[in-house]
Amino acid sequence: MAGGRTVLITAVAFSTVLGVAVGLGLYTFVYAKGASYLTNDPAACANCHIMSDHHASWIKSSHRHVAVCNDCHTPHWPLSKYATKASNGFWHSFAFTSGEFREPLRIKPANRRVTEAQCRRCHEAIVAAMDGGHPSARKLECLRCHGRVGHL
Amino acid sequence: MTETSTSPPPRRLVRLIVLATAVVALVAAGVAALLVNILERKQEARNPFFRVVEVDDRTEDAAVWGQNFPLQYDLYRRTVDQVRTRFGGSEALPRTPTEVDPRSVVARSKLEEDPRLKRMWAGYAFAVDYREARGHAYMLEDQTFTQRQQVVQQPGTCLNCHASTYVAYMTMGEGNLVRGFERLNAMPWVEAKEYVRHPVSCIDCHDPASMQLRITRPAFMEGIRALKASQGVADYHVNRDATRQEMRSYVCAQCHVEYYFKGAEKRLVYPWARGHRIDDMLAYYDELDFADWTHAETGARVLKAQHPEFELWKEGIHARAGVACADCHMPYRRVGAFKISDHHVRSPLLNINHACQTCHNVPEEELKARAEAIQERIHNLRNRALDALVDLIDDVAAARAAGLSDELLATPRRLQRQAQFRVDFVESENSTGFHAPQEAARIVAEAIDLARQGQLALRDAGVRRP
Repeated sequence: MAGGRTVLITAVAFSTVLGVAVGLGLYTFVYAKGASYLTNDPAACANCHIMSDHHASWIKSSHRHVAVCNDCHTPHWPLSKYATKASNGFWHSFAFTSGEFREPLRIKPANRRVTEAQCRRCHEAIVAAMDGGHPSARKLECLRCHGRVGHL
Repeated sequence: MTETSTSPPPRRLVRLIVLATAVVALVAAGVAALLVNILERKQEARNPFFRVVEVDDRTEDAAVWGQNFPLQYDLYRRTVDQVRTRFGGSEALPRTPTEVDPRSVVARSKLEEDPRLKRMWAGYAFAVDYREARGHAYMLEDQTFTQRQQVVQQPGTCLNCHASTYVAYMTMGEGNLVRGFERLNAMPWVEAKEYVRHPVSCIDCHDPASMQLRITRPAFMEGIRALKASQGVADYHVNRDATRQEMRSYVCAQCHVEYYFKGAEKRLVYPWARGHRIDDMLAYYDELDFADWTHAETGARVLKAQHPEFELWKEGIHARAGVACADCHMPYRRVGAFKISDHHVRSPLLNINHACQTCHNVPEEELKARAEAIQERIHNLRNRALDALVDLIDDVAAARAAGLSDELLATPRRLQRQAQFRVDFVESENSTGFHAPQEAARIVAEAIDLARQGQLALRDAGVRRP
């Protein structure tokens, strides 16, 4: 049957392309030290030269002994942590490959919210005392004044 | 009906598979692009530069260095750009070339823009031709063809900052930099010009072996040594003792400073033996009883301020914070995996993103507005100071014509000298006060007061304003 042969040909073409994509993807993953991005090692964030300065300035910061990149830049819960990593991984790859990004680099609002939440998670006791109990009280933003604790 | 039940499902399936194939192919292409990009960056990071030609201590031509450092060289060449900022820079004006001056493009004359400057510099070559600043690329050409060359014979000293002179010094001094410097200074400009060929070049700031920053101007070595001595630091050798970050300002300060030509041998000297502030420099000149010229209208012995960017910057908040000239005027720029200093030296106002926002996390428009507000205030103050100075010049000239004695003119003339040096200092400094706004405002405010004091002194001497 003609329909069956067409299905076969397209299926073969599809698996070829899929194979190429998977192979290329795996090779790129290994070549770009993709596995290191699943760890908490700050050096992994500086695999890509563009983050060298951020890494270097973290080493000189007050939080270097108590927090690594992931402690401030990814959420605490594993699922949202890896979702954040995946999203940033994709957009960073996209921006650096296309060259469409602005320097100096600035944190995006969504990532800033992650960091702010992480400040509050570790410093919960002191933050709770400052925020006060009333739900309508306007919350102060930690980063507004303490933006330099993570990077000198 | 049977056909629709058997063949359409495979067709739909085929269409689905084709679509999926296209999507996966697109993803594969994206992954390949990422892979190639990572590969390129890794390659670039491995080779900071390729040495394709040898450069040594006699390689003056930037084009030769440029073969090893094409990225820096391309940016360096862009100093030919003429762009205006609100208060500085210049735009290219067409001009009909003549035999004496073959330039077809020049910057606008500041003298035509503000005739008060002619009054301030009456009797001095700057009252003949003084134009808006152009980029480094034009330094030699503009000095060669300025009309100032036609009205006075300039010494070779001027070339210290209008050409790449390191190789010329070494050649003329037979390997002794300072002796070469002295010989070039003592020559007439026209003769000295034969020894130089390029505007400022790589070798004027970089050691050809290590590429580290290096001071090549004896006048700066001596000036900074005197300045450090005045601060209690003995035996200062700049190439030995300065930090890397200091050097990122000092190489610029080889030229962007106040200076004078000392004695008959026209030695270039930076007047910093008492300190770098305007008061220190004026006291230094007063002690030597030095004057650049005698004012044509008033007979006062006056001074010409040059372009004291370094001295004014030192009084400002950026210097205090450890920010060097190069941080704002040559901020880093990313080219692939490289981070290089932007050798297109220019106003930070034309490059706010890299120049300011690396430190200031504030919108670009806000930063620009802040800088321009400072400059506008200083510019308005400077206008009032120039008015006060011209008023004083009018009064002294009138009193002189009316026959007032030199003895009674002494105080007004001294006050003119003091007021004029201050106005000129802020006028000739190339940031319209931005390098140190409060210091600039103080200087101009004092100038206004001194000029008016000069008028009062004339009144006390019995001269009535017409």
